[in-house]
Amino acid sequence: MSKGILYDSTLCVGCRLCEGACAERWRLPYNDKVAAEERLSAHKLTAIETHGERYSRRLCMHCVEPACASVCPVGALQKTSLGPVVYDASKCMGCRYCMLACPFQVPTYEWNQRLPKVRKCDMCYDRQRAGKPTACSEACPTGATICGEREALVAEARRRMAEKPDQYYPRIYGLREAGGTSVLYLSAVPFEQIGLRTRVPQEPLPALTWRVLHLVPDVVSVGSVLLGGIWWITNRRDEVARKEKA
Amino acid sequence: MNRLLARFTVWRGIFAVLMLAAAYSTYLRVRYGLGGATNLNDQFPWGLWIGFDILCGVGLAAGGFTLVAVVHIFNVERYRPILRPAILTAFLGYLLVVLALLFDLGRPDRIWHPIVMWNPHSVMFEVAWCVTLYTTVLFLEFLPMVLERFGLHKPLGWLKLISVPLMIAGVILSTLHQSSLGTVYLIVPEKLYGLWYTPLLPVFFYISAITVGLAMTIFESWHSSRAFGRQLELPLLAGMARVLAVLLLVSLFVRFLDLLHRGALPLLLRNRTETWLFGLEVLLTAVPMALLFRAGVRRRAAALYACAVMVVFSFITNRLNVSVTGMEAGSGTHYIPKWTEIAVTLAIVAAGFAIFRVLAQHFPVFEAEQPAAERVEESVEEFALVGNRTRTGVD
Repeated sequence: MSKGILYDSTLCVGCRLCEGACAERWRLPYNDKVAAEERLSAHKLTAIETHGERYSRRLCMHCVEPACASVCPVGALQKTSLGPVVYDASKCMGCRYCMLACPFQVPTYEWNQRLPKVRKCDMCYDRQRAGKPTACSEACPTGATICGEREALVAEARRRMAEKPDQYYPRIYGLREAGGTSVLYLSAVPFEQIGLRTRVPQEPLPALTWRVLHLVPDVVSVGSVLLGGIWWITNRRDEVARKEKA
Repeated sequence: MNRLLARFTVWRGIFAVLMLAAAYSTYLRVRYGLGGATNLNDQFPWGLWIGFDILCGVGLAAGGFTLVAVVHIFNVERYRPILRPAILTAFLGYLLVVLALLFDLGRPDRIWHPIVMWNPHSVMFEVAWCVTLYTTVLFLEFLPMVLERFGLHKPLGWLKLISVPLMIAGVILSTLHQSSLGTVYLIVPEKLYGLWYTPLLPVFFYISAITVGLAMTIFESWHSSRAFGRQLELPLLAGMARVLAVLLLVSLFVRFLDLLHRGALPLLLRNRTETWLFGLEVLLTAVPMALLFRAGVRRRAAALYACAVMVVFSFITNRLNVSVTGMEAGSGTHYIPKWTEIAVTLAIVAAGFAIFRVLAQHFPVFEAEQPAAERVEESVEEFALVGNRTRTGVD
């Protein structure tokens, strides 16, 4: 069983208490100026966005099969069995392939640090391991953000949509996106209208590179035999020619 | 004489200015981090340093493995005279790629991490290993030039013992990482523009690496013949140019076939920057291809050189399209490199030219490998042989 977060945009009132709780947990500065920045950054790991009268929340989607973890050359990013995708800054060499690969443009970088790190939400891995809810869901006064088992959250989302079909756009964002994510969204309007990326493939992304990468041992073995064989034939031909000449 | 001197000093002046600019950029990079030295941001984490210095750098150094395969594995002896310059170019190229990587990595002090921290599911991990191993192979392929220079025959013999497996390893490592640089972009299907995103990216990267490897060999032969007052190996280059023409035709054909199969041809009708840049790529491939199919063009050094330059530019356009321009729309942002990024890039290219020049002056780069004693008599014989073969080889 793995943990997840359900964010229901129709219940969100834009109070930004989740932002404050998140900043506090990461010991990041939080004030009116930071609150006004409506986008993720190295000092803001979750962000409330305003889209007209509606709100949307950005945070790491914690993909079931994360592209970031698959591309990381040093394994600094890992999908835990508990659900969160966690980051080990002591391994990271700063290639930023995770940022390129993330279909949700979530990981951010400490661009102005001399010893920079990647920053992103880790779904309060330490709190969850201790059985506590995430800081953001604990802070949310309206129940727009709740956390729990992903399966249960999917069921809850379906229940809400069935109960009030006229209030919801009839889909769960995150159910299939990038092969499924631990963070799920409900919205009153199509998801692109609240700023979510909707061109994201519906299959897990790591398969796209693995399809090629798993051929490496074959290329090495077949290639060695083939090249060795070609070398032997072409040089043999010369040897024979030289002998015949002599 | 005066004009020659003037040209010489102009180049030295440009070189000095570039190095100063790069030195200041390096200071900014170290002092203020990537944010102070680049226009990269969270939406656009890879820019000119990855797109040009790494992607183009590795590709432009592909002449090394291509010629090693041709001369040593396929045993086409007549290309031997241009093998060593190609190996030197490749070795320098890879060293400069690693240097550029030190600028681009957020934590350059941890460049060794992939050696001990493994993630076999990562393309980047595979590329890191291949580049490390292949740079070692290139060092060992370059080493004989140094050993000959100092008359160290014993280690030369040892190297000769392992030379065949070494060269095979070099070709395989190159095949792997040249194509893997294309695989890197398979993870961004929704960010990379449809004219470039294809499951065949690794294949296209591999083919274009070989093409540009051949073009770079022509390019550097032309330049070193001018710089060192050497006779240009024209018949050799003409033979290579014919192969190049065929490869260009194949790559163009496969590119369009791929667009057709993916249903991406209609993208060409859109009036967008991407369409025009794709067109530029095709033009810079099609024109030298058409020219190189003509024997008259292949026989003229200047025309051959111009074609090689066009192929190099089509390659650079392609890599920058995949890594920069093709990624902009999908990332929802625009990126124009900062002057510091451009300064470092140009300085690295200039350093490449300068170091090649110095090494070629002091080491036996333009001589086929021979034990010192046999060199004189055999070289005469070989010269005649090469002349004979090439005369029959062209047209």
